[in-house]
Amino acid sequence: MTELNQSRADAFEPDQVDIADPDTLALSPPSAPEWRIILKSLMRHRLGSVGLVVCLIVLVTALFAPLLAPYDPAVSDYEAILTPPSAEHLLGTDDLGRDILSRIIWSSQVSLQVSLIAVSVAIVGGSLVGMISGYAGGWIDDIIMRVVDAMMAFPSLILALGIVAVLGPSLTNAMIAIAVVNIPDISRLVRAQVLAVRHMDFVMAAKGVGAGRVRIMFRHIWPSVAGNVLVYASLSAAGALITESSLSFLGLGAQPPTPSWGSMLASGMQYWNAWWMSVFPGSALFIVALGFNFVGDGLRDALDSRIVD
Amino acid sequence: MIRYIISRLMQMLPVLFIVSVAVFSMTLLLPGDPTFSMLDEHATSEERQALRERLGLDMPVPVQYAKWAQNVLSGDFGRSLRNGEPVIEMLMQRVPATTQLAIMAIILATLIGVPLGIISALNRNSIGDVAATSAGMFAMAMPSFWLAMLLIMFFSIHLRWLPPSGYIPFVKDPIASMRLMLMPTITLGTVMAGLILRQTRTSMLAVLSADYVRTARAKGLGEHRVILRHALRNAMIPIVTVVGMQMGTMLGGAAIAESVFSLPGLGQMVVDGIFNRDFPAVQGAILVIVTFILFLNLLVDIVYAWIDRRVSR
Repeated sequence: MTELNQSRADAFEPDQVDIADPDTLALSPPSAPEWRIILKSLMRHRLGSVGLVVCLIVLVTALFAPLLAPYDPAVSDYEAILTPPSAEHLLGTDDLGRDILSRIIWSSQVSLQVSLIAVSVAIVGGSLVGMISGYAGGWIDDIIMRVVDAMMAFPSLILALGIVAVLGPSLTNAMIAIAVVNIPDISRLVRAQVLAVRHMDFVMAAKGVGAGRVRIMFRHIWPSVAGNVLVYASLSAAGALITESSLSFLGLGAQPPTPSWGSMLASGMQYWNAWWMSVFPGSALFIVALGFNFVGDGLRDALDSRIVD
Repeated sequence: MIRYIISRLMQMLPVLFIVSVAVFSMTLLLPGDPTFSMLDEHATSEERQALRERLGLDMPVPVQYAKWAQNVLSGDFGRSLRNGEPVIEMLMQRVPATTQLAIMAIILATLIGVPLGIISALNRNSIGDVAATSAGMFAMAMPSFWLAMLLIMFFSIHLRWLPPSGYIPFVKDPIASMRLMLMPTITLGTVMAGLILRQTRTSMLAVLSADYVRTARAKGLGEHRVILRHALRNAMIPIVTVVGMQMGTMLGGAAIAESVFSLPGLGQMVVDGIFNRDFPAVQGAILVIVTFILFLNLLVDIVYAWIDRRVSR
């Protein structure tokens, strides 16, 4: 079984496995060595490694926000309203006397949560849609793909705005909107991958021993496409982050007092002379977006040498 | 070529139909009875029923959709729930600002992205190339609303060169109009310039090592002629695709730029409509934006076929 784990579909040798159990015919998800190769080439990628470091810093910041933040992000100090950066408040305070540094640190938690949850939901939804479309084929595929085409005609921010318009402004609804916005791309990718493997020997063999459709889709096809899907989907994290902060900036995402880089910037727009209110949260968002993009580029380069369409 | 355009147009129709169903269903998905916001709270249930019948809300959903679609096709997008103004008039007032913004942003992005991309590709791995590609990467990661704020802080608050917001129609005073549009244009054009730069560099690099470029050089053609007539023309296909695909993203970004700079455009109409719970306005604006994008995509496909004749056959 371990040899099979490491091999790909073309290296499949039926006489090595027990035909009676359809599951042994399934290709396994990218096994540990494969992930390690991708990670290794990502770390060798100059910008990719920089991006990886940025992501790691954000992750640590988000996880340890309560320990790292010098002040409570929601507590106002009315003695220190709109104070410029000083030793006491390293990045200054906002219009309500709240410490900007602490709010930036806490925002990383909100932004990461939203991006991760939204992208995960999009992966589940997009994979289901893509697998059904690709495996079923025929008119089901036609209808699903036309709907996906129609969704792709919407610019992502406009689609997100439309969804928030119906659901009402809140962080949860922003998350739903971001997830829905990312479904079409992922379902297209999954469909393409399913089409590539659905006539391969291991699927035929599973069919031959009488595995049901659902079983074939989830136990046989899904594991063989999962790796690529996960890696490509992680590329959409940067976009999710920007969409979240755009919605929060417009007042349609995180609601006060929840700190988000986008909503911090929106309040900065009312106090132009307090430059620290706009410059610092924006820099944080920019650096993280840049880091995500670097990782994305690195992953793409790492994959491009592995995946031949 | 005409047959190709017609077939592309035919492929567009089902997509347009689904888009319209999606936009129409926005109102169906809304919680609550719309008559409560239209009549005062003392209205009797008979009065509500009468209004529902008048609005056609008692009819089956497909019939409602058919009526709605018929109205939209004849230019009737309903009336704003906020001030009773016909939505079509609001749309007409807002199309010019968005169109001007989009055109100016594309021109700016192309003027920066294409030449820098070519220079980068011709001087691969030089300091200039590294500087240009890094600038492109920074441009692509820049959150547009933050860039907008930095521009306002620098040009309006610090230097006092440009007013932070305002709009003058282009037909009234082109110079003043373009001056006011300058910061929104930079905001919107920056990301796109980065994308165009990257795509131009990549496709120029691919083309420059092609045999026909070597042949052109071997024939003794001047370097300018080789690059502009032989290399760039072929490198243009992916560039046009990127520009076309990014139009949609750009029109989405316009919502942000318009909100920050208080430009009366379609994007701002969507955002304002959400805050005012003015759904006919939101529906109208989204429908126009998406239809516009579908037609732009069609245009890109046609340009594509015109650059590369093999596509249309």
